[in-house]
Amino acid sequence: MTERKIRVLVAKPGLDGHDRGAKVVARALRDAGMEVIYTGLRQTPEMIAEAALQEDVDVVGLSVLSGAHMALAPRIMELLKTNGQTNVKVFIGGIIPDEDLHRLKEMGVTGVYGPGASTDDIIRDVKMAVAG
Amino acid sequence: MTIAQAVIHGDRLALARLLSQVENNVPDGRAALIELFPHTGKAHLLGVTGAPGTGKSSLVNQLVLHYRKTDERRVAIVAVDPSSPFTGGAVLGDRVRMRDLSGDPGVFIRSMATRGSLGGLAQATANIAQVFDAAGFDTVIIETVGAGQSEVDVARLAHTTLVVEAPGLGDEIQAIKAGILEIADILVVNKADRPGVENTEKALKSMLELAHPTQRVFRHHGVSMDVSVVEENPHEDIWIPPILRTVSIDGHGIAELAESIARHVAHLRLSGDWAVRERARLEVELEMLIRDELVGQFREKVPQKNYEDVLEKVVRRDLSPWEAVKSLMNGRLK
Repeated sequence: MTERKIRVLVAKPGLDGHDRGAKVVARALRDAGMEVIYTGLRQTPEMIAEAALQEDVDVVGLSVLSGAHMALAPRIMELLKTNGQTNVKVFIGGIIPDEDLHRLKEMGVTGVYGPGASTDDIIRDVKMAVAG
Repeated sequence: MTIAQAVIHGDRLALARLLSQVENNVPDGRAALIELFPHTGKAHLLGVTGAPGTGKSSLVNQLVLHYRKTDERRVAIVAVDPSSPFTGGAVLGDRVRMRDLSGDPGVFIRSMATRGSLGGLAQATANIAQVFDAAGFDTVIIETVGAGQSEVDVARLAHTTLVVEAPGLGDEIQAIKAGILEIADILVVNKADRPGVENTEKALKSMLELAHPTQRVFRHHGVSMDVSVVEENPHEDIWIPPILRTVSIDGHGIAELAESIARHVAHLRLSGDWAVRERARLEVELEMLIRDELVGQFREKVPQKNYEDVLEKVVRRDLSPWEAVKSLMNGRLK
């Protein structure tokens, strides 16, 4: 019998081309024993929601450095809901101003991480969120 | 409606969830597999294997784009990547090369980690392919982990196996070794715009000349009933793996590859090899299930304490492993 693995989609929506942070997080989650599906750069919200569905992930991690998070995140949350994936937890990492932080949380985003966030914190939060 | 029924009716969320249940080997997943089994056996299972970095994912991307442009078939892709032997975690990156397929409702991509399995596939890959088959996908592509020389499980699962090579990976000695090249129904030299492509092709060709035809003829004559067919159509009964050049980044050679795959399917049907492979595959599956079941019964009937006592004796060299098995099994499974 196989133990239940946490499956995470790590995606970069929007147009900025810097995926160093996304790769560091993907690697850290891997080392924490999770299965990380990495989709690469410049994904549309539609592509991300579709991948989340096909891969039946528990968590979607978004990396946004372009400042477009207030446009991209709500759209992705909405698409996940339309697809019936209401249990999926969404995490965002990137450059997120404080005033947006609360609005993202109100929208249902589980965690938001800025520069210097510790991967240990992210791993702990992901595990807690999935355990419910 | 059960989850299996929802899957047959084309519910993609139900399909995704069932794939997880099957992958995690939970009772619900097994119940659904039982329900779906009568609906399986229709899809063409296409295996794609080869060393890391030969461009398997990009090739699959191009091939599926081609299929979706030229016919109506629905395609599922199972992409396997390795799990870490230390943490059990994995980064599954095959989707990065398949972004052109995103947004097409006729395509479904699922990434899988090997979870400790060593033959190039995960343990549940065959069952995942079965679910896609029952869900009505016409072609199920199984992409293995970047394979070395002996990850050949895919050939037991697939009807048609592509082995993907790239220029500059090895000389003729690599080509005459046993293992991965032997399982190829079609050999693909990908990245054919790179220097060294002639050498790679030549090495593969000489390997085929040395090995293939006689073996196939021999095996077929054992079961072949209709000799006249063989005489009329000498190429239908003996499949000699073709060697094809492709360039995945621009789609060069992909149409020819698709044609070659179609020819192989026709050959399997005509020669009766399709049925032979199906039978062999189901037999392997049955044997594996019997083994699992017996191990399960053994664990149930032999107290852990007995097991550990005997193990201790083996460690002290008081008892050989063979004798240990005999003493543990003695009359237990009746």
